[in-house]
Amino acid sequence: MSGTYLGMPAFPAAAHEAVRDRTLRGNLRHATHTIRAKRAKAVAEVSDWAALREAGRQIKDHTLRHLDRYLVQLEESVTAAGGVVHWAADADEANRIVAELVRATGESEVVKVKSMATQEIGLNEALEAEGIRAYETDLAELIVQLGKDRPSHILVPAIHRNRGEIRDIFRSEMAEWGRPAPEGLTDTPAELAEAARLHLREKFLRAKVGISGANFMVAETGTLVVVESEGNGRMCVTLPETLISVVGIEKIVPTWRDLEVFLQTLPRSSTAERMNPYTSTWTGTTDEDGPNTFHLVLLDNGRTDTLADQVGRQALRCIRCSACLNVCPVYERAGGHAYGSVYPGPIGAILSPQLRGTQSEIDASLPYASSLCGACYEVCPVAIDIPEVLVHLRERVVQGGPVTRGGNKVVLRPAKGHAAERAAMRASRWAFGHPGVLRTGQRLASRSRRFLPRTLPGPGRAWSASRDLPQVPAEPFRDWWQRTRGGKDGGDGK
Amino acid sequence: MRVALFLTCVNDTLYPDTGRAVVKLLTRLGVEVDFPMAQTCCGQAHYNTGYRHEAEPLAVKFSDVFRDYEAIVTPSGSCGAMVRELYPRMGERARAEGRGDALAATLAPVVPKTYELTEFLVDVLGVTDVGAYYPHKVTYHPTCHGLRGLGLGDRPRRLLQAVKGLELAELPGAEECCGFGGTFALKNSDVSAAMGVDKVRNAESTGAEVLCAADNSCLMHIGGTMARLRVGMRPVHIAEILASTEEEPLA
Ligand code: SF4
Repeated sequence: MSGTYLGMPAFPAAAHEAVRDRTLRGNLRHATHTIRAKRAKAVAEVSDWAALREAGRQIKDHTLRHLDRYLVQLEESVTAAGGVVHWAADADEANRIVAELVRATGESEVVKVKSMATQEIGLNEALEAEGIRAYETDLAELIVQLGKDRPSHILVPAIHRNRGEIRDIFRSEMAEWGRPAPEGLTDTPAELAEAARLHLREKFLRAKVGISGANFMVAETGTLVVVESEGNGRMCVTLPETLISVVGIEKIVPTWRDLEVFLQTLPRSSTAERMNPYTSTWTGTTDEDGPNTFHLVLLDNGRTDTLADQVGRQALRCIRCSACLNVCPVYERAGGHAYGSVYPGPIGAILSPQLRGTQSEIDASLPYASSLCGACYEVCPVAIDIPEVLVHLRERVVQGGPVTRGGNKVVLRPAKGHAAERAAMRASRWAFGHPGVLRTGQRLASRSRRFLPRTLPGPGRAWSASRDLPQVPAEPFRDWWQRTRGGKDGGDGK
Repeated sequence: MRVALFLTCVNDTLYPDTGRAVVKLLTRLGVEVDFPMAQTCCGQAHYNTGYRHEAEPLAVKFSDVFRDYEAIVTPSGSCGAMVRELYPRMGERARAEGRGDALAATLAPVVPKTYELTEFLVDVLGVTDVGAYYPHKVTYHPTCHGLRGLGLGDRPRRLLQAVKGLELAELPGAEECCGFGGTFALKNSDVSAAMGVDKVRNAESTGAEVLCAADNSCLMHIGGTMARLRVGMRPVHIAEILASTEEEPLA
């Protein structure tokens, strides 16, 4: 993956700052709670939601199981429709391909539809290094770009910003990127939207090259499907002469009929709408209208490695609706940046350590960035059992084991820094295997209870810094039971 | 009916009152309760922290200890979910790793017989009014593993509503995690604490005297936060409320 986020501290350290930032927490709380309630309503309207969810899961699983076949079919149909298919094994290769394609047009500016895949590979930065400027046209993405910031949410990349902050960014930064913000801009949504519209319109009309991702690619026809709320994406895929789309290989659906399921579940899960305001489907090129050159860059970047993992591969079912972010209590407090990836929240916690491996500090800490409350699994429209994958990845972190990296089977060593924990887990397992040992420990604790502190030393300090520990009782249950046989044999039975 | 009480290691060591309450309650309802002394821990903490291989022998031991009972009752949603949801999964994983069906076969007998307390009361015994008396204003926190793992639904609420004298106050944001999550509370202490504080503030807003739940681990976290914030509320396990009667009220 891109080097953008390398060197990130582990999740707990990054979250430490976010939890203390009152504005950030307020913004996140407000935004996630609002969308959460709306989503629940939009989902409740559909009587066969459970069936749709199951259908989505099955379509995705089927496609992933036969991905080799569908990829070939997709390449054939895209080519037949007048497009050109490129294969990119990793971020560097994808960036190189796109930069060469843009350079071949003679242009030094491109307009972009908001796309997770291009963020994942750090395309904008790579293009910048080649002297090509990429303009984000999605409103929230524009705010992030102008603010020299990072996206913190899949769907609402500027979720961490409030209106006042956005006004300030527009006022101070817009001029540098094109049309400046209107005089006396206020923070009313209408004025902010108008400022962005004027700024972006100039870009759309001038651009010769558009870059997009895709929500889906239909294998049978080679069709690119982009769903969005603002219509800016549609401008990007239709106005320029050349369209370059970077799409993860897991985005395939076999047929148009399969879209039926996702075009119902995606909008309701993501924006709580019954239908996306703009659903653009684009097949190859025509002479009359739209781009006359179409390049599809199919991106692997860790996906086939992920596919090789029996438990973890379900993460590839993800349709990037972001419902799991919006219900996640950890995301709500830690914010998106703490996840050190363009994929934050629960899906990020299982996707990043699979796409990038668990070697870096941030990636090894992500599987623990969850209380396993299960809210993410409950809302996921393709039924990804995120808690299950989290626990599976924790196992990989602490115990190592066989994984596939770069197409090769390798055996991972356990991550550093878990030796003490591993020893404690083994010791406690041993003690629990011997009830007598457990009992001795309980009695010792009971006897010394008056001397036990309410705060803990060592790794327990973090706990007792914000919570009081319970007092150890005078008598553990099993002693009481033995003394009284459940209150029958003379005990006080209280 | 003779059932085994699976108390869990946390309750046994730190919350014996909950165990005594379960015994008292079930005995009052005509159930014969046994506490197999060889029981220890279901392996949940090991499993959830990524030590599945350390959890396996504990699961096998659990099955050895409990397999011959008609039913196994536990006052813990998360340990109940461990047995019911995760033991089968451990069996599947062992199979996928080429270790055969032995683990799955060993664990299978205990899976369908394990009940969380409120589930056992409502589904097996068929009671919602257990004859309890508890004249206090109470708010109920449905813990995540009880809610989403076991699907306890409104069973605990129905039981509480039938308690004489009890006034049930709805908890805002009830279904949000309290932030405990086992080792999560240690590894991501800041976020965990922030979640705990929000839970306590929501509970406080109900004006209840008692916050009740069906899992002492979550109550330990919530209660520890309450104590630190000096909130005038107490955490109480639902078993203790249901065991309380006019003759023998909960202290
Ligand atoms: S994991 Fe599920 S809920 Fe989360 S973004 Fe992906 S599809 Fe949506």
